[in-house]
Amino acid sequence: MKYTFHWLPALRALPDMLWGALVTLEVAVLSMLLGVVFAVLLALASQSRIWILRAFATSWVELARNTPALFQIYMAYFGLGSFGIYIDSFPALLAGITFNNAGYLAETFRGGMRAVPDTQMRAARSLGMGQIQAFRLIVLPQLFRVVYYPMTNQMVWAILMTSLGVVVGLNNDLTGVTQELNVRSFRTFEYFALAAVIYYLIAKTVTLSARLIAWRLFRY
Amino acid sequence: MFSSLIDTSFSLNDLWFMLKGAGVTLAVTFWAVLAGTLLGLVLGVVRATAPWWVNAPIGFVLDIFRSVPLLIQLVLANAFKPMIGLNWSSFTVGCVVLALYMSAYCTEIVRGGFLAVPATTRRAARSLGMSWSQDLTEIVFPIALRVALPSWIGLTLGVMKDTAMVWWIGVVELLRSSQVIVTRIQEPLLVLSIAGLIYFLMSFPIARLGARLERRWHEND
Amino acid sequence: MSIEINDVHKSFGPLEVIKGVSMTVAPGEVVSVIGGSGSGKSTLLMCVNGLEPINSGRVLIDGTDVHDRRTDLNKLRRRIGIVFQQWNAFPHLTVLENVMLAPRKVLGKPKAEAEAIAVEKLTHVGLAEKLKVYPSKLSGGQQQRMAIARALAMSPHYMLFDEVTSALDPQLVGEVLDTLRLLSSEGMTMIVVTHEIAFAREVSNRVAFFHQGRIHEIGPPSQVIGNPQKPETVAFLKSVL
Repeated sequence: MKYTFHWLPALRALPDMLWGALVTLEVAVLSMLLGVVFAVLLALASQSRIWILRAFATSWVELARNTPALFQIYMAYFGLGSFGIYIDSFPALLAGITFNNAGYLAETFRGGMRAVPDTQMRAARSLGMGQIQAFRLIVLPQLFRVVYYPMTNQMVWAILMTSLGVVVGLNNDLTGVTQELNVRSFRTFEYFALAAVIYYLIAKTVTLSARLIAWRLFRY
Repeated sequence: MFSSLIDTSFSLNDLWFMLKGAGVTLAVTFWAVLAGTLLGLVLGVVRATAPWWVNAPIGFVLDIFRSVPLLIQLVLANAFKPMIGLNWSSFTVGCVVLALYMSAYCTEIVRGGFLAVPATTRRAARSLGMSWSQDLTEIVFPIALRVALPSWIGLTLGVMKDTAMVWWIGVVELLRSSQVIVTRIQEPLLVLSIAGLIYFLMSFPIARLGARLERRWHEND
Repeated sequence: MSIEINDVHKSFGPLEVIKGVSMTVAPGEVVSVIGGSGSGKSTLLMCVNGLEPINSGRVLIDGTDVHDRRTDLNKLRRRIGIVFQQWNAFPHLTVLENVMLAPRKVLGKPKAEAEAIAVEKLTHVGLAEKLKVYPSKLSGGQQQRMAIARALAMSPHYMLFDEVTSALDPQLVGEVLDTLRLLSSEGMTMIVVTHEIAFAREVSNRVAFFHQGRIHEIGPPSQVIGNPQKPETVAFLKSVL
C-alpha cells in the first residue's frame, strides 16, 4: 500500500464538521416531528369513510415505501419546479425525508392501533370514561409503547438519509461540509472516514438514549 | 406544465436509455442480494449459535454498516480501492458495498428466524427419531423461513431502492440515467415521474407479495 | 331504585340474539343468568350499561332510560360496575393505578382520596400486597379480582358480572367466587352471568335460564335449578352438571 494517510488536516476540520452534524440533526429532528404529524393524519385518513382521503393516504404511503428516498428528494428539488415551485436544497431535503418518514410511520401507527385490543376501550368506557378520555388515558399510552421502537429506528434512518442532501447541493450538513473539504483537498478517505465516525456516534447516541428512556418509561 | 407533457421532447430512445438504467439497477440489486444473503446466512447461523466472544465482535462490525450512511460507505470504498491497488469498476464497488450492507441486515433476520424455533420443538423432532440434519431441513428451516422471508423480501426491496445511491460513485443506473435526460431536455417532472413509476413497478408487486405471505403465515400462528 | 329490562330486542346484522327479554332486578337482589353459550346472556349485560345499543325495548336504571339519546351514559355508568370474562387490566398501570384511575379522572376525586378508596377496595378483594405490581405479574384470578376492585372503586349501585370465571384456570375460580360471595353478603345488587351452576344456586335470590335469546324460566334457584319446569332447562342442566 503506497498511500500515506494524512489525518491531521481532517482532525483540524473537525469543528466545521461538528457544526455540520448539528445541521444534520436539525433536518432529522424536524423531519421526524413533521413526519409524525403527517403520519397520524395519514393513518386517520386511511380509516376514513371518504374514499378520496383513503386513496390519498394509500398513494402517499405506497409511493414513500416503493420508491428510493433519493428519488423523493429529487422530486422535491427538481420535480416541483414544473409547478413553478423552486425550493432550496435544505427544504427539498427536509420535504423528501418528511415524505418518506410519514409514509413509513403511518404504517407503524396503523399496526399499533390494531395491537391495542378493543376490549381496553370497552373496559375504560364501562368505568364511565368518555371516548376521548379513554383514548388518552388507556389507548394512547399503550399505542405509544408499541410504536416506540419502530419510531426510534425511523429516527436513525432519518439521520442516515440526511446524507443525501449533498446530491441536491446541500453544503452545510455533515456530508455537505465533508464534501466541500474533500473537493478542496482530495483527502477523500480521511474526511469521509471521520464523517462516518461522527454519523456512527450520533446514531448510537440516539439508539442508546432511546433505550434508556424506554427503560424509565415502560416499567410494565 | 401540461403543455410540456403533450409537446414533449422525450423520445422512445430516452425511454430505452432509462430502461437500460433500470437494468443496471436490477443487476446491482441481484449481485448485492445474492452475495449479501449468502454471507447473511452464514453469519446469521454463527450469530445464533456461537459463544459471545465470537458473536459480539461480529455484531459490532455489522452494526457499523447499519449506522453509517450508505452514501458515505460507497464514497469510502471507492476511495479505498486505489489505495490497495484494486482495479475494480465502480459497478463492482457498488455491488460489494451493497452486499455488505445487505448482509448486515440479513444476518439479524436469519438469526431471528433461527432463534424463533423453540428448543422444545427441536427436541420433539429428535424424540421422534429424526436425525440432526432431518431436524434442520424438516423442522428448523421451514419454521425459520416463515419468520424470515417477509423481512427478507422487505430488505431486498430496500436494497433495490438504495441502489439509487451508487450513481454518486459513477454508476449509471435508473436515477442517474433519468438525470442525464433531465439535463438534456429540461423536463424534470415528466422524466422523474417515469423513473418513479419504473421503481414503483419493480417494488410494489413484490412488496404486496411479501405482505400477503406475512398475513397468511400469521393467521395460522 | 332498580334495574328494569323491558321487552329488549337486539340484533347483530340479520342475527337476532335477544328476542324480547324482560326482567326486573330489585335493590339488594342477586340474579344469576345461566344458559348455553351464544344464548345472548353476555350481550344482555352489554345492553344494560349501554355498551351495546338495542333495537327495541327499554332498559331503565333507577328510572333513567339507558338507550335514550339524552342520557349521559358516562354519568350513568358510574352507577353500574361491570366485570368481563377477559379481565381487561390496563397493562401500563400498576394495580393501584388501575383502581385509582376512574375515581380520579371520572369522579374527579383528589389523589389521596382516590388512593384511599383504591387501597380499601383492593384490601377487600385480598390484593393489599400487590399495590405496586403491574398486572402482567398477577395470576388470572388476581387480575380478575383487581378488575372487581376497579369497578367497586366507583361505588356503583349495581354490579354486572359477565362469566368472570370462564377464562380462569380451575384452581383460580374459587378465589373469584369467594369475592362475589362477599359482595352479595354485603347486599350488593348484582346480575351474574355464569356457568357455575352450583355457585348460582348458592348465592342467587333468583335464577334466569336463557335459551335462544329468551328467558325460558326465572325464579328462585330451588325451582329453576332444583325443580326445572321446561324441557330446555332440564336438558341444559343435564349437560352441565
